[in-house]
Amino acid sequence: MTPFTYTRAHDPASAVAAVAGRPDAVFLAGGSNLVDHLKLGVATPGEVVDVTGLALTGIEDGSDGGLRIGAGVRNSDPAADARVRERYPVLARALLAGASPQIRHQASTAGNLLQRTRCVYFQDTTTPCNKREPGSGCSAIGGYERYAAILGASPACVATHPSDLAVALRVLDASVVVLGPDGERRLPFGELHRLPGDDPSRDTTLAHGELVTAVELPAPPPGARSTYVKVRDRASYAFALVSVAALLVPSDAGDPRDAAQVRLAFGGVAHVPWRATRAEEALTGVRLTDEAIDAAVELELEAATTSEGTAYKRAMLRGTVRAALRELSTGERTLR
Amino acid sequence: MTRINVKVDGVDHTDEVEPRMLLVHYLREQVGRTGTVVGCDTSNCGACTVHLDGRSVKSCNVLAVQADGHEVTTIEGIADGDRLHAMQQAFHDCHALQCGYCTPGMIMQSIDLLNDNPNPSEDEIRHGLEGNLCRCTGYHNIVKAVQQAAGAGVGGGGGR
Amino acid sequence: MSEPTGPTLLDPVQMGRPVGRLDGRRKVLGVAPYAVEHEAEGAAQAAMVASTVPRGRVRSIDATAARALPGVLAVLDHTNAPRVADGEDREFAPLQDDTVWFRRQPVALVVAESSEVAREAAALVAVEYDEEPAEVGLRPDSPRLYTPEKLSDGSESDTSAGDVEAALAAATHVVDETYATPYEHNNPMEPHATIATWHGEDAGLGDGPVLTLVDSTQGVHAVRSSLAPVLGIEPERLEVVAPYVGGGFGSKGAPHVNVVLAALAAKALAPRPVRLTVTRQQMFALVGYRTATIQHFRLGADADGRLTAISHDVLEQSAAIKEFVEQTGSPTRSMYAAPNRRTTHRVARLDVAIPFWMRAPGEMPGMFAHEVAMDELAHRCGLDPIELRVRNEPDVDPETGHPFGRRRLLECLRRGAERFGWEEGPRAPLSRREGDWLVGTGVASSTYPANAMPGNEATVTFEHGCYAVGIGAADIGTGSWTSLTQVTADALGVGLEQIRLGIGDTRYPSASVAGGSSGLSSWGIAITAAARAFREQHGDRPSEGASATAGMPDNPDLQEYALNSYGAHFAKVRVHADTGQIRVPRMLGVFSVGRAVNPTTLRSQFLGGMVMGLSAALFEESVRDPRFGHVVTQDLASYHVAANADVADLDAIWLDDDVETHLNPMGSRGAGEIGIVGSPAAIVNAVFDATGVRVRDLPVTADKLLAGLLPQRERDHVLGDASA
Repeated sequence: MTPFTYTRAHDPASAVAAVAGRPDAVFLAGGSNLVDHLKLGVATPGEVVDVTGLALTGIEDGSDGGLRIGAGVRNSDPAADARVRERYPVLARALLAGASPQIRHQASTAGNLLQRTRCVYFQDTTTPCNKREPGSGCSAIGGYERYAAILGASPACVATHPSDLAVALRVLDASVVVLGPDGERRLPFGELHRLPGDDPSRDTTLAHGELVTAVELPAPPPGARSTYVKVRDRASYAFALVSVAALLVPSDAGDPRDAAQVRLAFGGVAHVPWRATRAEEALTGVRLTDEAIDAAVELELEAATTSEGTAYKRAMLRGTVRAALRELSTGERTLR
Repeated sequence: MTRINVKVDGVDHTDEVEPRMLLVHYLREQVGRTGTVVGCDTSNCGACTVHLDGRSVKSCNVLAVQADGHEVTTIEGIADGDRLHAMQQAFHDCHALQCGYCTPGMIMQSIDLLNDNPNPSEDEIRHGLEGNLCRCTGYHNIVKAVQQAAGAGVGGGGGR
Repeated sequence: MSEPTGPTLLDPVQMGRPVGRLDGRRKVLGVAPYAVEHEAEGAAQAAMVASTVPRGRVRSIDATAARALPGVLAVLDHTNAPRVADGEDREFAPLQDDTVWFRRQPVALVVAESSEVAREAAALVAVEYDEEPAEVGLRPDSPRLYTPEKLSDGSESDTSAGDVEAALAAATHVVDETYATPYEHNNPMEPHATIATWHGEDAGLGDGPVLTLVDSTQGVHAVRSSLAPVLGIEPERLEVVAPYVGGGFGSKGAPHVNVVLAALAAKALAPRPVRLTVTRQQMFALVGYRTATIQHFRLGADADGRLTAISHDVLEQSAAIKEFVEQTGSPTRSMYAAPNRRTTHRVARLDVAIPFWMRAPGEMPGMFAHEVAMDELAHRCGLDPIELRVRNEPDVDPETGHPFGRRRLLECLRRGAERFGWEEGPRAPLSRREGDWLVGTGVASSTYPANAMPGNEATVTFEHGCYAVGIGAADIGTGSWTSLTQVTADALGVGLEQIRLGIGDTRYPSASVAGGSSGLSSWGIAITAAARAFREQHGDRPSEGASATAGMPDNPDLQEYALNSYGAHFAKVRVHADTGQIRVPRMLGVFSVGRAVNPTTLRSQFLGGMVMGLSAALFEESVRDPRFGHVVTQDLASYHVAANADVADLDAIWLDDDVETHLNPMGSRGAGEIGIVGSPAAIVNAVFDATGVRVRDLPVTADKLLAGLLPQRERDHVLGDASA
């Protein structure tokens, strides 16, 4: 591990100033991803600015029936919060689907969203990786691709975003509060992460020194049900092969498979938590039969590029969306 | 170097540490608490689990400076003199260990689990210990041990 | 045949009791010292620098920046490291020349005041290479294939009896399939680690040790005998200590390069102790692994399902730097009766890390292929898979013609079928569904040879009213501290409280490794011999200090009988119809392993082995990237081992009245490995029963099933259930 200086920030503005003023400075919250990167040599900051002393640790009711989750709130807390569990089951389940209790106790909300890909080449400093070392090449392409992206990838990078929480927030139409040197701004959650394009070194649209201070959730649509289904090799404690955050508002009358509104976001398939807008449109006002769901997912996947290592994700994603929507329409949870 | 004040197993320590020093190395090399072991270096195996202000963390994944002003409890701080903590006793009674290398972390996480959920189902135990890998036992007796400790009231505060 | 007499059995008084682990209290308190937990005043810390090319030569090493770092004590490379006395075994000759044999091979070693500085400095060592073309992939057409002289169990590479081709051509039912198993890494929870202290010849210790190694090993004497000549030390002056070992599963069955590096660093820094811990990532390159296999399996059977031909052709991999040949086809030679049989092994010598023992080397991958092939044959014959095995039970060892000591495979299968609720009859895949889950059951046989290793000796000394018993055995988690105490007590005819056992230290007499399920047998033979010698020499009322030492008596039975353990694995699986996810709600193992010396530790060994089998069936796979030559899934996040929630109802039992009369005085065989043999096949067979999809390459994962899973509508049709 390369040595670094360590400072504790006492208010958000000085934290931002400290990092913004030094190109090799980074924020430290829980550290659950950063400390691994320090050990692996993936991150070599000159200065680490600890933001855990900032008062960003509350979960507060919003005026519109929503919730505001402080950036420093540890992942365990919203997962156990009665309001979250009742109003946003997708969020509680996504949190519990990630990592382990120890990591959830330590990891912050913002840190979870800003965690970096687990692509094995990104984490191995002896192999080329455009994300870690721009211009060195992408080793995942033509290599170990089991966890690689199939949507929105580029010839420079096929990494996937590892967060479960982010997939849930994407389907909840959350927004992110960001403090920068020029003040505070709010951005829709879908604008936080970015596709790799020709600069995979940047995971998000945040500028250096910008600090996420909170995540805001709007009130869920009336009558909405939501869930998170994560498919992985182990029964627990593994990153997603694919995952699906789904929100469904049943129609007022008739068959429970008729939905007034369907929202879907996919994990494990892209550099960002992927909102499946084309599939959502295709399923709006349609009876949610397996055939209709498969067709909608296929429509979303028209833009997908798969390789030998990722070809399975098409069928797996179809099946996972079927399982998620079946759960929401029948109320029967068959996968955890 | 950064000065830190950490209470480890009930004893206050003030030390100068490099910011890059991991909590687990601080515990082992400066405090002498070698019962907390390193199994993987990358926060995956759970062998280094300790409690930080009463909640379980992986001490290979926390910097020592992050523990400044906080309280750390290790496997060596839970027995009451010669009397084992009820979770330690349960692991011993149920043969919930073989090589024993995962055991300190497994016990600390099991205590955390019961603190959160004093009466867990088998499924909740198995998921609650998801971050602690064991290569020897097949986990079977570990689940039995946690059940025994739950029965002894560990999560209800009467376990010691 | 002569009249073999066999060992005289001990009267089990302490043996057979579920005595609690004697090391349990120390382990739950966190005070049992593993290798690096030992005190080592002023120890320096070492960190390895690994090659980044798979083959070639080190052109230059620039350690200027590393040496300039405050706290760096030494940077060793091939130009300045202490020389080894015997470099014939190239694994034990690191930093001796500029050759790179595989990617991640250590090419330099940094020693520093702290692990932080050592690791930082290691990253600063700049190495340049002249890279050469490398061959790193195991392929059927590999140019590096050869026929090995022997397999690692000492048996022939190829065997043949009768005319397999003619028998297959004439067979009513034929299975002709290729099975594959992946690279797997042992991953014991304690990383390999060593504290080395070089006292030197003139340390004023007289005949004391020149070098002390506190090491994480499955055999202190194996470390001594392997490394004393390498380091040019008289064996008795190389001290090795390992009282508690955090698992090994074969990877600590012999020293690896890290131990030599620690010794060389200690020599360079003498007399300062040096600690060297292998990181988890480095364990994926330096401490052995299970080779991948590609196995062509052919079975021929008559109309009644009686085997006429068994043919097993194995492709696997060794390393250019050092040969290791997995005995994958060995178990096939003795498992079932067939007049026409053949096994072959072809090995690719690749520019990669050195494969080595991993729990049931050979038996695990070989029996996976064999037992899945048997399941396929049962389907083809329309027979219950247990009945198929019943019909092919041999009377004598098909390979040697020797009688079996006691072969109780069929009893294991029948007892298991009863306990598991096995539905007899031909299997009908895809016939059970619970909600969105397809449900199936599977069975497979298991076997493991009963081994006793030569070269064991034990000493018994009467001290302060107790019997101090010493042998350089190891407890790698198996329970040796406890079970050997029980054996000793019965061998001396006293209670447990009178035994003071000493193991894990070369100060005690020589012992073989804890491996090959042979530990308890081998050590118990020597301990019993020593105890009997003690009683003969000193009677029942020994005087203080009375002592006796003995080795292993001849056992002619070993030449006369085929001695194996047997078992039957049953598994229930659930496969999610939409996502392909696999769960194993139930596993049952029924074993015949001779007497249970300690039922508690025995059962735990079975359960642990079975779960490692589950882990192999569903998760474990080391992915070697052929473009680089190293394993890229090199941590416990990307190399999955079974976690707690992957296990559900798990049960292991053993046959009553099971006493092995030919192997050792305890009447036991070994139990460390049989749990992992056959259990992957039982799961794979159950997956086929659930889904109709036959996966022949491990691990079985959701993605492999998805392509074969029928769409919902067709499945409804097959199941005759259109309601969902």
